[in-house]
Order: sequence, then structure tokens, then C-alpha cells
Amino acid sequence: MTAARGKWLQLAVLAIVIAALPLIFPSGYYYRVGALIFVNALSVVGLVILIGLAGQISLGHAGFAGIGAYACALAPAHLGLHPGLALVLGAVVSGLLALLIGRPILRLKGYYLAVATLGFGILVSMVLTNERALTGGPDGMAVEDIGLRPLLRDLGWRISGGEFWYGISGIALLIGAWMALNLLDSPTGRAMRALHGSEVAASTVGIDVARQKLRAFVISAVYASVAGSLLALQNGFVTPDIAGFMHSIEMVTMAVLGGVGSVIGAVLGAAILTLLPQVLTVFAEYEQLVLGAVMIIVMIFMPQGLLPSIMRRIRGRGE
Amino acid sequence: MKTTTRTAFAVLLGMGALSGAAQAEIRLGASVSATGPAAFLGDPEAKTIEMMVEEINAGGGIDGEEIVLTLYDDGGDPNKARTFATRLIEDDEVVAIIGGSTTGTTISILDMAEDEGIPFISLAGAISIVDPVREYVFKTPHTDRMACEKIFTDMKAQDITKIGMISGTDGFGASMQAECKEVAGDQGIEILADETYGPQDADMTPQLTRIRDTEGVQAVLNPGFGQGPAIVTRNYAQLGFEIPMYQSHGVASNAFIELTGKDAAEGIRLPGTALLIGDLLAEDDPQYKVVTEYTAAYQAKYNEEPSTFAGYAHDAVALLADAIARAGSTEPDAIRDALEETSGFVGTTGTYSFTPEDHLGLDLSAFRMLEIADGGWKQLD
Repeated sequence: MTAARGKWLQLAVLAIVIAALPLIFPSGYYYRVGALIFVNALSVVGLVILIGLAGQISLGHAGFAGIGAYACALAPAHLGLHPGLALVLGAVVSGLLALLIGRPILRLKGYYLAVATLGFGILVSMVLTNERALTGGPDGMAVEDIGLRPLLRDLGWRISGGEFWYGISGIALLIGAWMALNLLDSPTGRAMRALHGSEVAASTVGIDVARQKLRAFVISAVYASVAGSLLALQNGFVTPDIAGFMHSIEMVTMAVLGGVGSVIGAVLGAAILTLLPQVLTVFAEYEQLVLGAVMIIVMIFMPQGLLPSIMRRIRGRGE
Repeated sequence: MKTTTRTAFAVLLGMGALSGAAQAEIRLGASVSATGPAAFLGDPEAKTIEMMVEEINAGGGIDGEEIVLTLYDDGGDPNKARTFATRLIEDDEVVAIIGGSTTGTTISILDMAEDEGIPFISLAGAISIVDPVREYVFKTPHTDRMACEKIFTDMKAQDITKIGMISGTDGFGASMQAECKEVAGDQGIEILADETYGPQDADMTPQLTRIRDTEGVQAVLNPGFGQGPAIVTRNYAQLGFEIPMYQSHGVASNAFIELTGKDAAEGIRLPGTALLIGDLLAEDDPQYKVVTEYTAAYQAKYNEEPSTFAGYAHDAVALLADAIARAGSTEPDAIRDALEETSGFVGTTGTYSFTPEDHLGLDLSAFRMLEIADGGWKQLD
């Protein structure tokens, strides 16, 4: 009962924030930043399921984002597929690949997944960089427009590109968060959380440990893929940077910063790490320094991540 | 809710327009890759842009109006570059943009510039930036294709028609490799061996050995930048090649000779700009004045030599300043029109003449064929 109420409360807060933020936007540029935050948050929500629920670490999630992004670039160009369907195709390919990689590895205990995904991410990025004839190499390639905005214009609703993608990414994030919160409360979610606590204990009560880990990994890969697709569609252009190792690290950092166990924390982590470089442009040289310092402080003083730590502090005072 | 948003927007926009008019200033935007993997391009570019804006303002600005520069560092990430381009146009309300150190970041910015009608001068090499011509997009660096053509012309002058290529897989190397392969046929050059290496590789002996073992190779061409070409050149000397080696404009800097070592670099040929050989230029050379003045100013301020890439940024700022002065207006459209009418403008890279069909405005004469001799440069043509 309380869990269900908590779920709707979190979703309502998220929806209100997304809808109300444009009221204080001084220019169109803020729509762009907002859309970026939502897209990043979507992939981080996926990581919350993997890291926070199943207790596994992936250092190659940008690889899935890359697959999603390039699916939207390649499928329309080579297969004549609509970019919107290409997003689905990318998600399916990412899910299948995650299944293929995860199946043998997740039978092992420990952090083998981190090592395997590290290799996977680098592989994807190398293929995208070196298969010049197909992907355009390091220079990247153009992504077809999804064609929805002209459709809306014909229906008499004129909105700018920034506003459009703000809306689409916001809705995608809401759906993603809703599904993640549902999973959290489901038997599957409880099984995943059990194995995060203790794999031995979980297996003695009849949970198929490998199967649950694999499920979390595949789900999170699909999240990253969809986020990658949305980013590519929004930018109208994609380069191999999206599958780069630093992007993977950035995602994990966002998840850890916000609090790996919490969906709203994921959004918060993504928001902070997306906003920081924008706020720090005035002293760009110190950007990495501030970023590193923030991470260290959070890890030392709030090992649970920002949101859970703050919530505990507030609750503690209240009692 | 919608109306409130609109009203708030209108009020804010109105305020922005008012403050802009009251101050009488030229808002110039830039997004370059001052850090990250492309920092060797973006760092000297950022320094140059900042230095030149200071110089122009110290000299009383353009028509008495000061330039207010907003410079962002996109770290070589096209996604960030697009965000910064949005910010420059929507939030900072600039009248022109310089930037896009790499082809990827340039493509991210040019969509925005084209959509919003803001003149944009790119600092990246790919021919796809100006071909097909986009109304608001110009660029200052010669294309990679021109570098290939310049090298092939020099090869043919020495009766070399069969070559081996060894290219870096980084953006620069891969792009130039593709361009060279495209124009080789037209130039009557046959590529017998085509090897690649990763930008972080520490030894290219196997690839070079394969080229050496290929029957009929008369010269080796190495498109790439950074440490890769230096290692290739060292390995090349160690393997005792007797055929000539050509490098690209990507390593046209004294740092390359230092990194490679004087002996190994001896006799290497490459296309470079006048900027690299400022002290070798004849005083009546049209580029003598602009090159020596810029080099002196840059050295005085930063205590290092400006690179070829720094020169691209110099020319971009100089072209814009010239166009704004001629337009007599800070309207983006007026600046664009004036920019397109630029004719015979001497920069450090070459002499620019833009037309509605040509937004690069350079020809092969912008490149000078150079040879490394005694640890320094020698002009061949």
C-alpha cells in the first residue's frame, strides 16, 4: 500500500517538475538542456535496475546507447525503415546482445560483468569508428528526422525543435520511470533486491540468481539503447563518441551520484552531471576538478548517493 | 500555462533586445575543443580567438563597437557542441559563430546555424562542410582532399605513381585516407598498399614491413596527426626504407620534428601553410605581413609557436571582423552577405575569395610543399 502510494507520488513529482520547468525558462536553450537531462536520466534509470536492484556493474552501457543511436542512423539509410521503428529495432538488437553476453557471464559470481561489458563497450566503439564505409567513421553520420514535428505543424500546433524534444524526452522518461517503479514493486524486483543483499540467501529461497541478473542486464541495456536513439534523433547527427568509454563511466557516475537504489535519485544524478558542465563554462578549466571533488565528497559523506542520504537526513529530523 | 510561458518569453526577449541595443556591441560566439582528444586543435584555436578579440578591442573595436566574445569548450564532443551552439544562439544571442574544431562538432553546429540564420565559420577539414554549399556556413581550413592533391602533384613531378599508404584511424587520418583514395585515380596515382594503425599504437613496424614487401611501391604516404606519424617516421628510418616518405599537413609543426628526431625526419615532405615557414617567406610575399605579425603576437602572449590549426582560427576571426566592418551592421544576415563577398582576403592559411558557390575560397596555392632539412623546413615550390 505505502509502496504503491510512494510510486505514484514519485511519478507525480516527476511529471509536475517536467511540465512546470518551462515556466521559468528564459530562452529556448533551456529546452535543449532539459531534453538532455531527461535522455541521460532515462539510461541512468536503466542502470538503477542493474546496479541498485541486481547489484551488478556495467562499464559498457554506452555501447548499447551507441547501438540504439546508430540503429536510428543506419536503418533508415540502408533498410528504408522509419526512424521511429529504427528505435525499436535498436532496442531489440541491444536486448539480444545483452542476452548473448550476459548469459554465460552472469552464471559466475563477482564482478565479471563489469569486465565483460568494459570489453563490449570498447568493441562497439571500435566497430563504429573503423567501419567507415558503413558508419562514416569518426566523422559520424546524419540521422533522418522523425517527421513528427511537421505532422504537428500540419495539425496547427507549431513548436520549436527544442520544445518538441523536451516534450518527447520528458514523456519517454516518465514512461521509463513508471516501468522501473513497477518493476521495483513486482516479485521480480523483490527477487532482484534479494540477490543484491545476498546471492546465497536468495538462491536458498528459490530465486534463480543467474536468470534474475540476466533479466536486469537486458532491461538496462534496452533503456540505454532507447536513450541513445532519442539522443541521435534529437541531434540529427551521431558520432562514435556516444559509444565511448567515458560515456559509460558518465552514466555509472550519474547513477552512483544520485543514489543507485532510487529512480528519482537517478534523475537527480543525471540532472546534476548534465548541468554542471553548463554552469561551469565560466571556469571551464576547473570543470573536471569540481566534478571530481563533488564525487569524492558524495562517496565519503553520502555513500548511498545524494537522494537517499538527503531523504534519510530529513526523515531523521522529522522523527 | 501556455500563454504565461509566452508572455514570460516575450518580456525576457524584449529585455534582451533592449540591453543589446543600448550597449552597442558585437556578440561573437565560439565553440572549440580546447580540451579532450582534439585539444591539439582546439587549444591553440581558443588562444588565438581570445587574443585576436583582445587586439581588436584594444584597437577601438570594429567601427567603434567592442566585440564581446563568448567562448565554450566542447571537449570534442559533438553532443556538447550542439548544446553550446544552441546556447550561443538562443541564450547569448550572438551574431556569428566560430568553431567546430573537428568535423563531428562542426556538423553538430552547422544545423543550428543554418536553421537560425547565423553565419558560422568552421575550423574543420572535411569537404562535406562546404559541399554542398550551405547558405550560412563557411570554413577556413583547406580540405583534406586539397592536401591529397597537393601531395600527389608533387609525387607526379618526381615520376612517382605507385604508393603505399599507412593511415591513423583517428578522425583526421581516417578522413584524409578516404579523400586520398578518392582522388588518387584522377591524379594517376595507384595505391598498392593501404595499412592503418590505432592512434595509441606504439609500434608500426609490421604495417611498414608489409608496405616494404609490396612489389613496386615508390613512396609512402602517412595521413595522421599526433604521436602516430612520429612513430611511423621513426620506424620507417629504423627499417631503412630507401623510397621517399610524405606526411600530411596534420603534422606540419616543429613539434613533429622534435618528437621524431632530427635524423629520422630528414627528407620528409609535407604540404604546409605559410604560417609554418614565416621566417623563410620573402618580404614581398603577400602573406609575409599577416604571418609574421600574427606569429610575433602569439609568441609574445603564449610563449609558444602558433600551429597551422591556430592559423585557421586567426583567419576565421579576421574574415569575420572584415565582413562586419564592410557590412556596417551587426545583423547576422548582413554579416553573411558581406562574408560571401569577401575577395582576395589574405590570411595565414591562404588568400580567401568566397562566392555563392564556394564557401571555402582557397585553392591549391594555399599549400606550400615543404621538406624537412637539418631539423628545419625548406620550401620546395
